[in-house]
Amino acid sequence: MKPIIETFNLKKQFGPYTAVNNISLTINKGEVFALLGPNGAGKTTFLSMLCTILRPTSGTALINGFDISRESAQVRRSIGIVFQDPSVDTDMTSRENLQMHANLYSVPVSEQEERIKQVLELVGLSGRADDFMYTYSGGMRRRLEIARGLLHYPRVLFLDEPTIGLDPRSREHIWDYIRNLRKREDMTIILTTHYMEEADRLCDRIAIIDQGTIVALDTPSVLKQEVGGDIITIRSDKSQVLSDLLIQDNIAGHVSYHNDEIKISVQDANFQFPGIVEYAVNAGIRIDHVTITKPDMNDVFIHYTGKELYHGETPERTGRIAMMKRRRAR
Amino acid sequence: MSEIRGIYTLWLREVKKFLREKPRLINAICQPLLWLFIFGTGMRFSSGMPGINYQEFIFPGLIVQAMLFTAMFMGVSVIWDREFGFLKEILVSPISRTSVFLGKMLGTSTDVMIQGIIIFPFAYLIGIPVHIFMVLEALPLMILITIGLVCIGLTFASLMKSFEGFGLIQTFINLPMFFLSGALFPLANVPTWLQWASYVNPLTYGVDALRTVMMGDTWVQLFPMSLDIMVLLCFDIIMFVIGKTAFCRVE
Ligand SMILES: Nc1ncnc2c1ncn2[C@@H]1O[C@H](COP(=O)(O)OP(=O)(O)OP(=O)(O)O)[C@@H](O)[C@H]1O
Ligand SMILES: [Mg+2]
Repeated sequence: MKPIIETFNLKKQFGPYTAVNNISLTINKGEVFALLGPNGAGKTTFLSMLCTILRPTSGTALINGFDISRESAQVRRSIGIVFQDPSVDTDMTSRENLQMHANLYSVPVSEQEERIKQVLELVGLSGRADDFMYTYSGGMRRRLEIARGLLHYPRVLFLDEPTIGLDPRSREHIWDYIRNLRKREDMTIILTTHYMEEADRLCDRIAIIDQGTIVALDTPSVLKQEVGGDIITIRSDKSQVLSDLLIQDNIAGHVSYHNDEIKISVQDANFQFPGIVEYAVNAGIRIDHVTITKPDMNDVFIHYTGKELYHGETPERTGRIAMMKRRRAR
Repeated sequence: MSEIRGIYTLWLREVKKFLREKPRLINAICQPLLWLFIFGTGMRFSSGMPGINYQEFIFPGLIVQAMLFTAMFMGVSVIWDREFGFLKEILVSPISRTSVFLGKMLGTSTDVMIQGIIIFPFAYLIGIPVHIFMVLEALPLMILITIGLVCIGLTFASLMKSFEGFGLIQTFINLPMFFLSGALFPLANVPTWLQWASYVNPLTYGVDALRTVMMGDTWVQLFPMSLDIMVLLCFDIIMFVIGKTAFCRVE
C-alpha cells in the first residue's frame, strides 16, 4: 500500500491554545479514513492545514508527494474539499457555481458540461440546476457542495462533516456514490463525522481525536475489540437512582446514565448480569427492559474521549451540537 | 493559462452580480440625476460662477463621485464573500492569490466603469454636446481613476473583519475624497489649507483631467494634462501594490 498523506508532528496553536498537537499519521491510497472527535477536538483545524488554508505552527505534511507548506499549489490541485461551513455563492445558480469551480480547477471545457450533469444527477439536483441557490434548502446546498468537491476528480477528497443536515436517503445515496467512486477513480477520502455508525460501516480506518491529539487509530473492528466485553443497557422507572447506586457501590464495570437508560460496560455479561439484577432487586428497583450488546462505535468514542462514560452525555455538549446544526442550516 | 481562466471566472462573477442587482442599477441611474437636477439647478441659480454653467461644471465631478462610491461598495464585497464562506472556495483553489486579486480587481473595475458610463447620456439632458471623441478621451482617464479607487476598496476589505466598518469608510474615505476633489466647487478661490488638502487627493487630478476633456475651453486647467495623468498613474501603482499585499495576507 502506498501512502498518499503523511503528516509529521503537525501542530497548530492559536495564541497559547493548542488546537492540534503534534499529529503524525499515514493514510494510504484508496483508503476511506475517518476523523472522529468531540466538538472542538481539532478536526477542522487539522483538515485546514492539510488543505493549505491554515499555516501549521510547526511540523508538516505530504499530500500526493507534495509538501503542504512549500508546494501548496500542487497540493491544491490534488485535493477537493467540502467545508464544514457553507461556501457556495447563493446569488448564483448551482450550475454557475459548478462552472466557476470547473474553471478555477482547469477542468477541460469540453468535459465541463458532461461532468456537471453527472454530479448534479448524483446529488439529485438536476431539475434545479438553473435556480438561484438562495432558493435552496440547507440540505440541498450541502448536496451541491459535495457535488462541487467531486467535480474535478481530486486524488484526495476531504469532507468535513459532509452528511450533516442531510436526510437519511440523501445520506445513503451520497455514501453509495462515494464508495463506488473510490473503487473506480482510486480516490482517497478523509472525512470527519459525528455519525458514528457511518464511520463504522464505511471507513477502513478511524482516528479518534481529542483535544488535538490522536487517542486511538485503527480499523473499526480492532477499536471495538479494544473496548472489549459487553454493554448492558437497562431501562427502569428509577434509572437515575439505580445508576447512582451502581456507581456509588461500584458494583460492575463503567456505568453511564443517559436518556433514561443505564449503560454498563462489563467484561462478560453472562457472569456479571445476574449480580446486577440481584443488586437492583435488593434496592427495591424493578428492571423493565434489558439488552446486551457488543460495543459499537459510539461506545468506542465515549471510551476514548473520556468523561462521558461515567456521567452520560452532558446537556452542554448536546446543546452545542444543536447550535452548530442551526448555524449550518443558515 | 489556467491562471487566466481563473481570473476570467472571477471577473465574470463580479460583473454578473453587479448587473443582476436591480436596485443597485436603479440607484446607479437615479442618484446622479438627483445631484444634477436638484443640487445642480439649485447651485446654478444661487451662487454665480461667471461664464460657467454649474451643471456642466459638476458633471465630470458626478461621474467621479459615482465611480468612487461604487468602487468602495463593490470592493468591500470581499467581506461578504468571507462572511458567506465563498472566499474559502476561491482561496483553496489552485489559482494563485495574485490572480484571485487580479480577478476581483478587474471585475470590480468593470462594474465601476459601467457605473461611470451609465451617466454619460445625461449630458444631453443638460445640454452638453457629447461627441464620440470626447468619450474616447474620457474613457482612459476613467480607467486610471477606477483602478486606484478599486484597490483602496479591496485594501479596506482585506483589513476589515466585518461589515460594520463600512460606515467608517463612508465618513473617512468617500466623503473627504469627494469633497476635496473639486467636484462640487472650483478650487481657485478657496483658502490655501483647503487647496493643499485637495492637491494631495488623487481624485482632484482625475476631476481636473475629465473637465479638461469634457468642458473644452470654458475650463481653466488646474494642472497640465501630463501631470494629471502622471499622478493618477502613480496613484494606481501604489494602491495596487498596497491592495495586493493586504489581500495576500488574508487568512
Ligand atoms: N481561528 C481560530 N482562532 C482561535 N481559535 C480557534 C480558531 N479556529 C479554531 N480554534 C479553536 O481550536 C479548537 C479546535 O477547533 P476545530 O474547529 O478544529 O474543532 P473541530 O474538531 O472541527 O470541532 P467541531 O466538531 O465542532 O467542528 C477549538 O477549541 C477552537 O476554539
Ligand atoms: Mg469542525
